[in-house]
Amino acid sequence: MVQQEPVAGVRNLHPGYCSLLVKFDALRMRHEEVEAILREYLERLEEVELPEARLVEIPVCYGGEFGPDFTEVAALHGMTAGQAIELHASVEYLVYFLGFVPGFAYLGELPEALVTPRLAAPRRRVPAGSVGIAGNQTGVYPFATPGGWRLLGRTPAKMFQADRDELSLLSIGDRVRFVPISAERFVKLEKEWT
Amino acid sequence: MDVILVREPGLFTTVQDLGRQGFGPMGVSPSGAADAVSLRMGNRLVGNAEGAAGLEMTLLGGTFEFPDGAVLALAGSDFGAALDGKPVELWTAFEAKPEQVLTLGPTRSGARCYLCVRGGIEVKTFLGSASTHILSGVGGFEGRALRKGDVLKIGAASGSARTPRLSARALKEMQPRKVLRVTPGPQEDWFPEASRRVFYENAYRVAEETNRMGIRLEGASVAKATEGELTSEGVSLGAVQVPEGGLPILLFVEQQTTGGYPKIANVISADFHSLGQLRPRDEIRFERVDWETARSLLVEQEELLESEELLFE
Repeated sequence: MVQQEPVAGVRNLHPGYCSLLVKFDALRMRHEEVEAILREYLERLEEVELPEARLVEIPVCYGGEFGPDFTEVAALHGMTAGQAIELHASVEYLVYFLGFVPGFAYLGELPEALVTPRLAAPRRRVPAGSVGIAGNQTGVYPFATPGGWRLLGRTPAKMFQADRDELSLLSIGDRVRFVPISAERFVKLEKEWT
Repeated sequence: MDVILVREPGLFTTVQDLGRQGFGPMGVSPSGAADAVSLRMGNRLVGNAEGAAGLEMTLLGGTFEFPDGAVLALAGSDFGAALDGKPVELWTAFEAKPEQVLTLGPTRSGARCYLCVRGGIEVKTFLGSASTHILSGVGGFEGRALRKGDVLKIGAASGSARTPRLSARALKEMQPRKVLRVTPGPQEDWFPEASRRVFYENAYRVAEETNRMGIRLEGASVAKATEGELTSEGVSLGAVQVPEGGLPILLFVEQQTTGGYPKIANVISADFHSLGQLRPRDEIRFERVDWETARSLLVEQEELLESEELLFE
């Protein structure tokens, strides 16, 4: 809504699960003024017409070197590898918001049986394309960054690309389905998409 | 077109302007100069619009050749600059004659020095800004820090022969601070009175592991009252987040846009530029102010930056 009807002086928006951080130019307006405007927006929240949700399929090669935590997560929940893959790929996830780094989509909700806490000690470097889970969330790391999510696999898809019309593969409100692929297919797709 | 030849890049030198605002919904943080006040003043010195792109050097400067000459200014920290071996002053515009070489060394004061050139550095913009966003490899010069042998284009400039210097008043008032003023953070009440006292009464040391994404601090641990976990939410520039373990991290220009750690405080806008001059092992303290004070300090700073008496011949 704030994107469709911009407020003069508002400089940036950071959506979260159940919050929106609104950054404004403190030279142009005071906190109370922004708050009053946003309260009016809140009252009209139910009237907003959302664009139709897209369904985006993301190929994932599970386990092995691509998913270093996969075996442990499956074992933790008493599942075979096949069951864990099937479960993670069985759900149509919702993009709640993008945050952390460019193109990182917070997806939910993970099937109850896969809910796993974050790693106690985050990795210093998670490779780009890694598909991870944390609590009841799942997501894909667009870039090599530090990260504490448990890694189940990797996608050859480019989540964020500067020289593409649609910079971010995913947007708020999109539906996402993970499609299991083999290591050979991963290599092939990666070549095609680079 | 006039160019700059990078003979030595220095430790970590990137093209920066004032960043890109408005792309938080894609997870893209603004980036931009770590010490935006210095970049703005440097640009004013060479007659540019204050948001023109310049070079941000970190801790150790580079060596640059100007085959066609250029009008330059250095702003921020003193990196012991010399033009063809002759020392040049900070905060003063000067001319490099064709083929002259500017050499910078290790810092003698804070973390960053800006090289501004009349006409600005010309790069392909990304989302409206020339700023390098290192993590995602976009913006700036090929989305990365400069390397030996890079050739940077200088933009076209409207010719003014002025080479002014910065006023003593501006120099004094823009001096980077080691006592950072903060307003209460959105989760201040997660921290009991005793923890807040620890935070405000102790000095913190800037950790080695510090970059444009975040400034890690070492010192007294700040304990949370409850075991509760925060649902991920938007975080702002200068947020002081306290992860498990209790050692605060200041979110900086190339910050993550959302985070799940509680925030005890937020550095005020008027002190952002001071963050850009913090070096590893520097000692800092925090001083709590209210929103109204934070706002008037920003207004004062902007008035000075826009005033006629900022520069003189």
